[in-house]
Amino acid sequence: MLKRVIDSRAARFLAPAVLGVLILVAWQVVCRTLSVPAYLVPAPTDIADTLAADGPMLMSALLVTLKITFLAFGLSVLLGVGAAFVFVQSRLLEVSLFPYAIILQVTPIVAIAPLIIIWVKAPVPAMVICATMVAVFPIISNTILGLRSVNPGLVNLFKLNKATRWQTLARLRVPSALPYFFGGLRISSGLALIGAVVAEFVAGTGGTSSGLAYQILQAGFQLNIPRLFAALFLITVTGVLLFMAMAWLSKLALGGWHESEMAH
Amino acid sequence: MKREMDMSALGAAAGKPHDAGPVVLHADRVGKTYPNGTHALDTATLSIRQGEFVSLLGPSGCGKSTLLKMFAGLESPSGGRIGWCDEQGRESAEPGRSMAMVFQEATLMPWARVAANARLPLDLAGVPRGEGDRRVAEALSLVGLDQFANAYPRELSGGMQMRASIARALATEPGVLLMDEPFGALDEFTRNRLDADLQNLWKARGFTVVFVTHSIYEAVFLSSRVIVMAARPGRVIADVPIDGPAERDESFRVSAPFIEYCRVLSDHLARANRGER
Repeated sequence: MLKRVIDSRAARFLAPAVLGVLILVAWQVVCRTLSVPAYLVPAPTDIADTLAADGPMLMSALLVTLKITFLAFGLSVLLGVGAAFVFVQSRLLEVSLFPYAIILQVTPIVAIAPLIIIWVKAPVPAMVICATMVAVFPIISNTILGLRSVNPGLVNLFKLNKATRWQTLARLRVPSALPYFFGGLRISSGLALIGAVVAEFVAGTGGTSSGLAYQILQAGFQLNIPRLFAALFLITVTGVLLFMAMAWLSKLALGGWHESEMAH
Repeated sequence: MKREMDMSALGAAAGKPHDAGPVVLHADRVGKTYPNGTHALDTATLSIRQGEFVSLLGPSGCGKSTLLKMFAGLESPSGGRIGWCDEQGRESAEPGRSMAMVFQEATLMPWARVAANARLPLDLAGVPRGEGDRRVAEALSLVGLDQFANAYPRELSGGMQMRASIARALATEPGVLLMDEPFGALDEFTRNRLDADLQNLWKARGFTVVFVTHSIYEAVFLSSRVIVMAARPGRVIADVPIDGPAERDESFRVSAPFIEYCRVLSDHLARANRGER
C-alpha cells in the first residue's frame, strides 16, 4: 500500500514539497529558539515578510535578469546548434575550432566579464554576451554528440537508398540528435541564468544595475540579509522552473518513442 | 560502364537450375581484404539469375555477409568485380535502384511510426506522398501488419519489427531482395512462420532473393539454390540446386528429399571444416 503511494505521480511533487516544508519548519524553530539574529540567518517568516514588502521591486529586478537569461539562452541555442552542424559537416573546421570552444568553456566568466563590459559599452548586450559564453558549450557539445550518435544500421540503410547528404542530415541525424540536444538544453538553461547573475555581480555598477544580482549586492552592503535571502529564493525558483520547462519540452518531443521519456 | 553481355554463356558457367531467367547479379573472382588485414573473402565467382531464391550458407567468417554487402554496393571488392544487370540485360558497374536489403536487426527509426518507416525508401527517392502511402499500405498488409501502421517500433515484438523491415523493402517493389540473416535473432517458431510467409511472397511476386543464413534447414526449405561457403579463407565451396516441390509447407521439412539435401550440405561444410576442400 505504501509502495503504491510512493510510486504514484503525485508523490513526485508531494515528496520534495513535504521535505521542503519539514526543512522550513525546522529552520524556523531553530532560529526562534536560539534567537538567531535576522542579520545572520533570517527565519523563513522574516524572508516571507520581506518578499511581501519588497515584492514589486524584487519582481521587476527578476524581470531584468530573466530578460538577459532568455536572450542569452536563445543566442546559445542558435550559436550552439549552428556550430554543431558546421563541425559535423566539416572535419577541418571541427578540428580547428573545437579547442577554442573548450577554452571558452573553461575560462572563468568572473575573470572575463569586466573586460567584456569595458569593450561592449552597452550593459545589456555585455551581460548577454557573458551569459551566452557560459551557456553555449553544453549545447555545442551535446548536439555534436547527438548528430554523431546515429545507429550505423540506419546509416547503411540511408546509403543503400542513395540518400543525399541533406536528406541524411534532416531525416536521420537531426532526429537521432534530439535526445542529446534536449539534455544540453536542460543544462544550458540553468547556466544561462547563472551566467546572467554572475555577470551582473562581477559588473557591479558597470552592469545593468537593475537585476536580481544587483539587489543581492546592495542587500549585502546594507546588511539587509532577509532581502538577500528573498532574492536568492527567487533565483532558485526561477532555475527550477526553467529546468521544468525544458523537461516539459523534452517530453513533448521525445514522448512516445525515446526510453528517457518512458514511465518507469 | 554499360555493355551487352552474353547471358547464356554466363548461365552455362554457373550451372542452370530450373526456372532460369537472365542473370541479374554476378561476382567475378571477387575478393575482400579489410585495411586491418582481415581476409574476409577469397576469389568468389557466382551468378544469380532472375527469379531464383539463392541462399548463401556457411559458418561465421566465411564471407557470406561481406559478399552480400558487395552485391548491395555497401562495400567494394578489393579484387575482382561485381556486375549488376537490369531487365534489358545491360550490365552496369553501379547497383540499380531496384534492390532492397533487409538486415539482421530490423533497423527501424525509433522516432517514426511503422508506416513512416516503411515509406522511408520511397520518401528518399522522391516518390509522391499519395503513391507512397498506397504502396506502404499494400506492403504492410502483405506482411500482416496493417493493424500496426500507426504504432511506434518499440511497441512491436521482434518478429513484428522484422516484418516491418521486410515491408519497407517490399514497398519499393524491388527486383532483387538481399537478406542478411534476417530471422537470426528470432525464436524458432517465429522464424519458421516468417520463412513460410517469405516463401509465399517470393512465389507470388517473383522477385530474386539472395538470402544469407547459417541454418542448413532454413536454406533447404526456402531456396531454389544453395551456395555453400567456408571460412579461413572465406570462399565458395559448392553450388547445390534444390529441386523441391513447388508448394513447400511444413511437411516438406520432414520429407526424405529435404533430409537428403540437408545431409549433402552438411557434408560439404564438414569436409571444409576438416580442410579437405
